[in-house]
This record gives sequence, C-alpha cells and structure tokens, in this order.
Amino acid sequence: MRQQKFWLGVRYVVLVILALIFMLPFWVIVRNAFSTNANIVSATWQWFPDQLNLTNLRSLLENDSVGILRALGNSAIMAVLQTGGTILVSLLAGYALARYTHRASKLMLGLTLFTLMVPVATIFVPMFIITAQLGWVDTFRGLVVPTIFSAFATYLFRQYFLDFPEELEDASLVDGCNPWTSFWRIVVPNSKGIIAAVGTIVLIGAWNAFLWPSLVGRDATRTVQVALSQFMTSQGVRYPELFMGSLIVVAPMLVVFLFLQRYLVQGLTTSGLR
Amino acid sequence: MSNATSSTIAPASPSTGRPGLWRRLRGHQGRNLWFAAFVAPFLLGLMAFVYLPIVWSAYLSFFEARNTVNPTRFVGLDNYTYLLNDGLFIQSLLTFVAFALFIVPTTYVASLGLALLLNNLRWGQAFFRSVFFIPTAVSYVIAAIVWRFAFFSGARFGLLNQAITAAGGDQVNWLGGTNDLYWVALVSVRLWLQTGFYMILLIAGLQRIPQETYEAAALDGAAGWRLLRFITLPQLKATSVAVILLLLINAFQAFDEFYNMLGSIGSYPPYARPPLVHLYLIAVGGGQQDLGVGGAGTMILTAIIVLFGVGQNFILNRSNT
Repeated sequence: MRQQKFWLGVRYVVLVILALIFMLPFWVIVRNAFSTNANIVSATWQWFPDQLNLTNLRSLLENDSVGILRALGNSAIMAVLQTGGTILVSLLAGYALARYTHRASKLMLGLTLFTLMVPVATIFVPMFIITAQLGWVDTFRGLVVPTIFSAFATYLFRQYFLDFPEELEDASLVDGCNPWTSFWRIVVPNSKGIIAAVGTIVLIGAWNAFLWPSLVGRDATRTVQVALSQFMTSQGVRYPELFMGSLIVVAPMLVVFLFLQRYLVQGLTTSGLR
Repeated sequence: MSNATSSTIAPASPSTGRPGLWRRLRGHQGRNLWFAAFVAPFLLGLMAFVYLPIVWSAYLSFFEARNTVNPTRFVGLDNYTYLLNDGLFIQSLLTFVAFALFIVPTTYVASLGLALLLNNLRWGQAFFRSVFFIPTAVSYVIAAIVWRFAFFSGARFGLLNQAITAAGGDQVNWLGGTNDLYWVALVSVRLWLQTGFYMILLIAGLQRIPQETYEAAALDGAAGWRLLRFITLPQLKATSVAVILLLLINAFQAFDEFYNMLGSIGSYPPYARPPLVHLYLIAVGGGQQDLGVGGAGTMILTAIIVLFGVGQNFILNRSNT
C-alpha cells in the first residue's frame, strides 16, 4: 500500500515536470511579446517580461511591411470559408459512402482512401499549376477551393455514419421525407458533435496552413502564417514585434481549442481512427 | 439548406422513353440518383483538384516546362533521369528516411508514455491531458519562431546555450549547419507539436482494452512490465499501427518547420532538405520554376508513398493470418 502511494507520487511529479516543459514555449512567447529587445537578448536568461504594456503591439501594428491586421483578416476569411466548405462537401459524401453500398459507392470509397494515402502536400506542384491555369493565384478562391475536398474529413464522417442508427431515417422516410430532406432534418441535427470535431480539426489546420498559402496567397491574400514567416527571415526582424505577432496569431486558436476540445477528443475516440 | 430542389432530381414517373435503362440507372427507389447527388460535389472536387493534377503532372513530366505551366518540348524520361542523378534529390530522400527513423519511434514512445501516465489517473487527468494536447493548436511557423530565436538560437541568449555556458560549456551553433545538431531542434519541435494528438488516440485505444483482461492477468501473477509487454501492447496493436502509419505519412510531408527554421530570405541551405522542400525549391521557389522536373518529382514521391501504403497493408495482412 505504501509502495503504491510512492509510485503514484512519482507519477504526479513526472507529470508536473512534463507539463511545465510543454508550457514553456507558450511562456516564452508571452515573455518576449512583453519584453524590450534588451531583455530578450540579455546575457543571462530573464524569466519575466520587463515591459508590461502595449508598446510592442503598437509598433507591430505600425509596421507596414508585416501588415498584420490585413493578414489576420485574410486568414479569418480563408479559415471560415475552408471550414464551411469542407464540412458541407464531406458531410454529404461521408453520409452517402456509409449508407449506400453498391459498386459505385465502393469505387468512390477506394478513390477516397487512395487520396487519404497521397496527401495533398505531395501533389502541391500540379495543384498549383491547375490553380494558376484557372487564374486563381492571389485570390480567396485559389486559397480555399482546392483545399476543401478532404478525404480525411469525408472518411471521419463516413466512420461516424456507419454507427448512426438507420431506424431514425427509416421513420422519417415513412413520414414523407425523401433522402435529402431526411438528411437535413434528421441526420444533421443529430450529428453536431462530430461536425464540431471535424470542424475544429479543419479550422485549426486552415489557420495554421503554410505551404499552400505561401504559394497562392501573394499580396492581396497573404495569410498570417506567411506574413510571420516572411517577417522572421527579413533583415529588419525585431524580436519583440515578431513574438507579439506570434501571440496574436496563436491566441484565437488556443481559445477555439479550449472550447471545442471536448468534441475533438470525442470525435477522435469514437469514430474513425481505430 | 434547400429542401425544394429534391423533387426535380428524381422524376416520379419514369414511364416515358426507355424505362428499362432508366430504371436500372436510377436504381431501386432512385438509390443511385440519391447517391450521385450526395457525392457529386466531393467527386467533382476530387477529380479537379487531386486526380487531374496527378494526371497533368504525369503528362508534364515528359516535357520541358520552364517558367511556364505548358509543355514546350518533349524530352522523354530526361526529367526523371535528371532527378535520379541529382545528388540533392537523392539526399532529400535519405533526409526523409533519417528524419522518419528519428521522429516516428520517438513520437510513438512519447505519446504512449504520456497515455500510460494519464490512463486511470483519478485526479487531474483532464487537466494534464489538455496541457499535453494543446500544442496541437499551434502552427509550425510559430513553433519554428520560438525554437529558432529562443531555444536553439546560436547566439549566447538562446535558452540551451545559456544552460550550456552556465554548465561551463561552449556556445553551440545549433542551426548553422557546421554540425548535425539541427536535428535536435527539428525533432523536438515536431515532438512538442504532435505528441499530444497521438496521445489522445492511444488513450482511446487503452480505454478499449477490457478491464477483465488485466484482472485475469493479475490473478496469474503478472504485474508492471509484464502486464505492459503481454497485455497492453498486444491489445493496443490496431491503434499502434494506425498511429505509426499516420506518423510516417506526416513525416513524409515535412515542410513547414524545415523551411522556417533553416531557410533565410529566398534561400535554403543544401543540407536538411526533406523531399517536399527540395521539390518546392526546384518547381516554385528559387527562381528556377522548372515544372517539368517538378512533375517528375511529384510522380516519384507519389509512387514512393503509394508503395509505403501497399507495403504496410501487405505486412498487416500477412501478420493477421
């Protein structure tokens, strides 16, 4: 008994140490965002910020070469459109792939699973060619449309709908619904949890995306990740502004994450990946 | 959404024209038509933005196409032989292998370790789970900023250099390429970002193991390490396989943290180039814009990743029988 208590204590000590390590990068962002440059490059490591006011924020907002406000707007538009589009397209397809089992459906499932294996990042060169051919470079269409056909989201929805009780839909069909109206009136309202889970994954992925936006989002549609990346490699990089920018960019996703984490955990554990 | 459009898709009476073919096409109670209506947006998008690009790059890979998306001159397999003789391309494949050998086992062991630490924890489980899971919400760009300028900065103010000099050692140039230590930064940043995600999957796997299995094993006198070795790991096999496959696919796509931690204005060092970074530099970055070679590179990478998947399935099927 005493030995068990000892090991439980060890377990908590290990957990606390690991938790501190995992939180360290966040603390560094906050510290640097509210520090003078001298505090950041100090010869001895300073654990605390020395400038707890909005000086860094003001100079970041005034830095036109970063253009953080505009980039934030662009990222928000892109993330919302991409999340809405992906959910709509994948919800419909995932439902059909779970409910219909004829040959065309199996072929379609095969095409989806193949795309799951070959991630879009691998084919970014030809995807960019197609987007350029359509004249979509530096437009929201170019940023969003090629990315919303997600095999991953479709697959997660399909796995979820395999376990969805068919009796509910059968009853609504008897009551005069057709498959389309039954889908929107019965199935979707009962699937909010998985929609929130997939939506969270897509939203975070869209906000954090770098490779595709760096190719397509040039000037008018430059996103926050691209703006920060260009700022960090530029000659005139100033650490306090760079980290203040990081703080502003990461904060919305942390809030989204904390609020929707429950759905995310549920979605990942009950459907799909098992 | 629009409920009114539905009746126009499937006409109620197919009595006009040739009923036989029409009836077979639309299926019992119009099943095929409903199926088509549901999958059409996804199917069309998949064709336009995944399959058409793959076909187009296969076509383009046999042509010269510099600074243009249109083929200018047929060159046969020249683009492929160029790439396979390109030392940097071969090296990029080796870089992926080395990176995968580091990152896949370490992430798996780390996430399994966290999952085991949290499993059946009475007090504070949700809190610690959130702490380890939350880096999932951070982008590789921001993590790269922290790693490059705060932890692994080559200057004396970098956290690691401070620790080393405080212990009496010499300042280390972590990312400069004068040594191989940039791997420490590349692996640790990815570990921080993705371990929590896989921990969640593994916790779910652990919770699906029936409690009776443990009780039965405990009655037989198994405990500690033997429980893990003979009960937990075998029962966790399906989840582990999925986790490792996802880790491999993700390692293959590595781009963001390499590009942002090692690149500088418009240039990238010749070392530590994973395949996607090298392809990016050939096809769209660095002013070369050689899309013929880019197409060939895409085909080679796609072939490699498909072979991976097929190989994985093959091994799985054999070990299951």
